[in-house]
Amino acid sequence: MVALGEVDALFDVEEFIEQPQRRFSGAGLRSVAWWRGIVLFCAGAFFLVPIYAALRFSLEKPSGTGFTLSAYTAIPSQAGFTAALWLSLQLAAATTVIMLVLMVPTSVYVHLRLPELRRFFDSITIVPIVIPPIVLIIGVLQVAPTFLKSTPYLLALEYGILAMPFVYRSLDAGLRAIDLKTLVEASRSLGGRWGSTLWRVVVPNLRSGLLSAVVLTVALVLGEFTMASLDLFQTLPVWIYNFAQDDGSVSTAVSLLALVLTWVVLMAISAIDLRRIQRTAKTRKDARS
Amino acid sequence: MTTTQRRADNAVQPRGATVELRRLRRCFGATAALDAFSLTLAPGELVALLGPSGCGKTTALRVLAGFETVDEGRVLLDGHDQARIPPQKRDMGMVFQSYSLFPNMTAQDNVAFGLRMRKVGGPQRKQRALQVLEMVGLESEAQKYPHQMSGGQQQRVALARALAIEPRVLLLDEPLSALDAKVRVQLREQIRVLQTRLKITTLFVTHDQEEALSMADRVCVMRAGRIEQVDTPSALYATPATPFVAEFVGTMNRIPGVVEDGRVRLLNTTVDIRTAAGTPQGDHATGTAVDVLVRPEGLAVTASPSGRGVVMTTTFLGSVTRLGVLLNDDVVVYVDQPNSATQIPVGVPAEVTLREHDVMVADRTSGGGASAEGVVPVMADTIS
Repeated sequence: MVALGEVDALFDVEEFIEQPQRRFSGAGLRSVAWWRGIVLFCAGAFFLVPIYAALRFSLEKPSGTGFTLSAYTAIPSQAGFTAALWLSLQLAAATTVIMLVLMVPTSVYVHLRLPELRRFFDSITIVPIVIPPIVLIIGVLQVAPTFLKSTPYLLALEYGILAMPFVYRSLDAGLRAIDLKTLVEASRSLGGRWGSTLWRVVVPNLRSGLLSAVVLTVALVLGEFTMASLDLFQTLPVWIYNFAQDDGSVSTAVSLLALVLTWVVLMAISAIDLRRIQRTAKTRKDARS
Repeated sequence: MTTTQRRADNAVQPRGATVELRRLRRCFGATAALDAFSLTLAPGELVALLGPSGCGKTTALRVLAGFETVDEGRVLLDGHDQARIPPQKRDMGMVFQSYSLFPNMTAQDNVAFGLRMRKVGGPQRKQRALQVLEMVGLESEAQKYPHQMSGGQQQRVALARALAIEPRVLLLDEPLSALDAKVRVQLREQIRVLQTRLKITTLFVTHDQEEALSMADRVCVMRAGRIEQVDTPSALYATPATPFVAEFVGTMNRIPGVVEDGRVRLLNTTVDIRTAAGTPQGDHATGTAVDVLVRPEGLAVTASPSGRGVVMTTTFLGSVTRLGVLLNDDVVVYVDQPNSATQIPVGVPAEVTLREHDVMVADRTSGGGASAEGVVPVMADTIS
């Protein structure tokens, strides 16, 4: 059945009511819904079938005669798992902090002082997507100082390069949505220095953009494999890959848990902003009425 | 003055400063936004910068605020050069055209922001913010966020925020242009009352002549980065220094005339050429075709079957009715007629005559044949 809202989106309801002779045929509507269903089904199958296969594999007994949770209950006791998870979470936090500290002032500066260079920055920030991570890591290892090569911070810096396109675009969209110039000038005319203007005025009003940037950075770091592997750090994805050689079921179970964990983290971050948007919409509605 | 007002006033001590803008020049590429711009504001004075879009009025205000640099010239505040002083240390409150309240803060927090930046303690900050909000009549909205307030309320909070820091200079950058007509009139009166009461030196940018004339002690009319005239509203209207000012301020007819022996002939009469504000109108040789600038109240109209004009429009303006009279072809002049006079209906033939004994002339700007009889004028209603 097609919902009323969907019908509204398809054609003018008033015209539909007033001119019955020009009504759409039921077959026309059904064909639209049919194609929509096909697209949804294909997309759903593309994402869900592998997950279903992994879930089934992780739950199946080795004998193939039934299901068991043993692969999941065995996870905490697996050697290296906790350390790998902890390292991934640390890297996610470190990369997020590095990116925000670097990119927020940069984006604000570009918007305020170099707006004519925005297109150039758009192009520059795509470079990490275009260059394969393996090329990037070999270049970085050539020039990185020795003291950095032995610490995970190098990996955080590398992840920063990978996350830059997503972070820059999120912040750029957030900054476009506010009247940055006026807000900054208002703050400065009231005695606000650059630091306090950034912290008290710009950042709170950039919340949606910041949350998007955080979501994308965390997702990228928790799933990155190539750089960590080449840098010889055992992050969660690297551990899963290595452990798959020993026990495929547990490795798959960890993959699924990592997927759920990432999903929960992203939903939690999104929910923060969603609550704010709903609150704003409600107060706007109250103000209008 | 009520006790409440007095208490609120005590919260904001007047500290009006003398502002001197000396020979400012600011170019953007090949365009001079400001050129030899000099203006002095006395303590407690409200000066309006008035001019068409792109004339440099906002640039002048932004230079004073410290958001724009100059290529030449100096900005002095109580005699002190402000060249090296950043905006946050200039001690100026600013109200912007767009609603510039911080969306993440309540009205009270917005007003208290400047005090917070000045390290005023929490309780004192809150008390002062509420007092200033009370001054603009918004104490009951203190806990509302900007998106919960109307445009007029937001601009009043923005005004309160600018006043809360007890600025030496108040800068208003077209603060009323985004508001609807009724709110605009209310707020401009409120701004004027507060500014007069607090005696804060104020620079007010607007392209709306009604706002400038009704609010300012003096109006500075600008054109292409230069000052055309700085004077009181009444002087600007009565004795404009240049044809541009004459046409920009108020409604002005442009009627073609011909110079004869140092006088000008139009509308079946010959009158003196006025030298406005002591400035000669320029030497015009006999026979030169010029445009004569006459305000609607400088003309008279009478119904006449033999008249060479026809009343095309009548507009009731309160104390007078403004008649648009088609003199011939597509040429219309506007004439103000007291409501006590016999009203001439639309379509009736009429004769237009000149009331004034001397007039301002300008170089001919457009077509229309030169006619000493004044029956081929150029329609003009430059500002209406």
